[in-house]
Amino acid sequence: MLKSFRIGGIHPKENKLSAGMAIQPISVPAQVVIPLSQHIGAPCQPVVKKGDKVKVGTLIGKSVGFVSAQIHSSVSGTVLKIDKAMDASGYKRDAVFIKVEEDEWEEQIDRSGQLISDCSLTPKEILEKIAAAGIVGMGGATFPTHVKLTPPPGMKAEVLIINGVECEPYLTSDHQLMMEKSEEILVGITLVMKALNVQRAIIGIENNKKDAVALFTKKVKAFPGIEVQALKVQYPQGGEKQLIDALTGRQVASGALPISVGAVVQNVGTLFAIYEAVQKNKPLVERVVTVTGKEVERPCNLRTRIGTPLTTLIDAAGGLPESTGKVISGGPMMGKALASVDVPVTKGTSGILVVPTLEAKRKAMKDCIRCGKCVQVCPMGLNPTLLMNLTEYEVWDRAEKNAITDCIECGSCSYTCPADRPLLDYIRLGKSKVNGIIRARKN
Amino acid sequence: MSVILTAVATLGAIGAGSAGILYLVSQKFKVEEDPRIQEVQDALPAANCGGCGFPGCAAFAAACVKADSLEGLNCPVGGQVTMERVAEILGQTASKTAKKIAVVRCSGTCEERPRLNLYDGASKCSIAAALYGGDTGCSFGCLGLGDCEESCTFDAIHINPLTLLPEVVEDKCTACGACVRACPKDIIELRKQGPKSRRIYVSCVNKDKGAVAKKACNVACIGCGKCQQVCPFDAITIENNLAYIDDDKCRLCRKCVVVCPTHSILELHFPPRKETPPAAKEEEATTTA
Repeated sequence: MLKSFRIGGIHPKENKLSAGMAIQPISVPAQVVIPLSQHIGAPCQPVVKKGDKVKVGTLIGKSVGFVSAQIHSSVSGTVLKIDKAMDASGYKRDAVFIKVEEDEWEEQIDRSGQLISDCSLTPKEILEKIAAAGIVGMGGATFPTHVKLTPPPGMKAEVLIINGVECEPYLTSDHQLMMEKSEEILVGITLVMKALNVQRAIIGIENNKKDAVALFTKKVKAFPGIEVQALKVQYPQGGEKQLIDALTGRQVASGALPISVGAVVQNVGTLFAIYEAVQKNKPLVERVVTVTGKEVERPCNLRTRIGTPLTTLIDAAGGLPESTGKVISGGPMMGKALASVDVPVTKGTSGILVVPTLEAKRKAMKDCIRCGKCVQVCPMGLNPTLLMNLTEYEVWDRAEKNAITDCIECGSCSYTCPADRPLLDYIRLGKSKVNGIIRARKN
Repeated sequence: MSVILTAVATLGAIGAGSAGILYLVSQKFKVEEDPRIQEVQDALPAANCGGCGFPGCAAFAAACVKADSLEGLNCPVGGQVTMERVAEILGQTASKTAKKIAVVRCSGTCEERPRLNLYDGASKCSIAAALYGGDTGCSFGCLGLGDCEESCTFDAIHINPLTLLPEVVEDKCTACGACVRACPKDIIELRKQGPKSRRIYVSCVNKDKGAVAKKACNVACIGCGKCQQVCPFDAITIENNLAYIDDDKCRLCRKCVVVCPTHSILELHFPPRKETPPAAKEEEATTTA
């Protein structure tokens, strides 16, 4: 019996159409738009101006405040302007426009494919390199990694959890990265273990990726302290608290951080980026993006520069099919429908999903029949239908008491609702209101 | 017979005794309340809308009685008349407040502001606004899903199904501010109603650069500054590519309305302008030609 998390969860159709497609580099576009806010936290301050020459890896956005991540140029060329540009958030925000000329990289970046497994840096130096490279959580949440690897005072990490779950349907970028860059990821794990001073790491991989489980089981033998654990396929196993529960049996209390049970969770994509940053001096300027969809001609996994327009990626997969009803940035469960495909790839873009019109339409909301399915599937043990009603009637104190802020926005409730109620939409609204009230109370 | 008498006597005695206890207790634990609070509350409209900034009419009444002066206290629903009555009860003078009214600062109708995508999520502005900028090229304008309509307890604001913009019913609007709070885009503003309901305002909140704003919407303010130049009373400020008319300074001369190239400044309830006679117009045309 394979392990999994204990409460809730669903099993949507996997539809991993692009599984096994080798990661292909996509040619550098003529112009990139690099948003200055690609992470959770304060937006960056631009440090370049119109007319400046930049190379791949040149710092263009300096982080302000602790929870923030540096932004580097992903191409070489001339800065055209710093202006507002629409990004996947659906709003116009500050971004740096760069006209691409040649492909010159900063000198310190090691571009060879050679594996470097030895590292003589101290934990502090590793963290500094991670911060300087602007690495954020690549699973989609884009939380600055150096912040996550700095436990709050008095807390100590005991185990590093590696998220190789990729529980979102359709997405295969992490899977393919694990297959192609397994050794780099394992070196990345040793680096993070050193930075955190932990002796144990567990890689969690869902059992629909049997090849990755087998590969890592074989490879970890050379790395002491690292284990591999196959997991039962269950959404949302990639959620931090769910993954910790599945792998260690420890449960993170409501409102607490994973570090409270001694765990730190990192995504495999992030670990690969950490490897490149620490061993190869390469800042986060590229990422793997899955372009997929039932009607897409060639579902694929692409290695692309940050700032490349989504249209370029979609064209590489055979263009937008005529039947397109919706384009989603991310996976179908937690991804976000885009108002326009004219937005750039950012650090958190894990996939582009093209949904045909027939599947894209949301059904009209009907009355709640009190079946309790949403309560059954909620992985956080919440009561989604109650939280939706409390939000609708703006009963914020009760919403807070019913732990609305614990919601991880996985969408299992909306997915399962037979009355097609937009449970998550309301809960997300309520959560942001309640969080605002809590913040106001603290100040 | 005696059974009935005994019963009546016993119950009567218990009743009288209990009444006595209740009376004594109510005297002993009496809550001293200023009788004027009730009087003031009776003078208020009892709408409990929260427009005054207090949780309801009772709380507002208590605040009025407690305050040393009525400065800054205003019931937007009852208006000047109510506040004068309250002042009379309390033996104070009511502060003069101009009657205000809700104003929708977006004119992006379906013709003026083409839709670029389709939203079919939960039908609530605050949810849509958290997801993206809106179904048009303007990420500041009205989403048209009716959070304002839902918030109004006076049935004074409605979404026009043709334009998908809210419209204020002037005789019903009490300027309680519920719609202002409900709008996630900060489009609705409380402005002075003005003499004979005449008022002038910039009907746009788009802070994009002129060219971008104009591309998204034909009637967007492009921040050109013509209105600011022509205003004789310094009532217009331009910030972030957006003009704003200060209704304390505006004297309703309507010069700005004429010069606005995108017609984003609106005038309400003014008599029609004197038109230049057609003959003169023709003459002008021939001379310029």
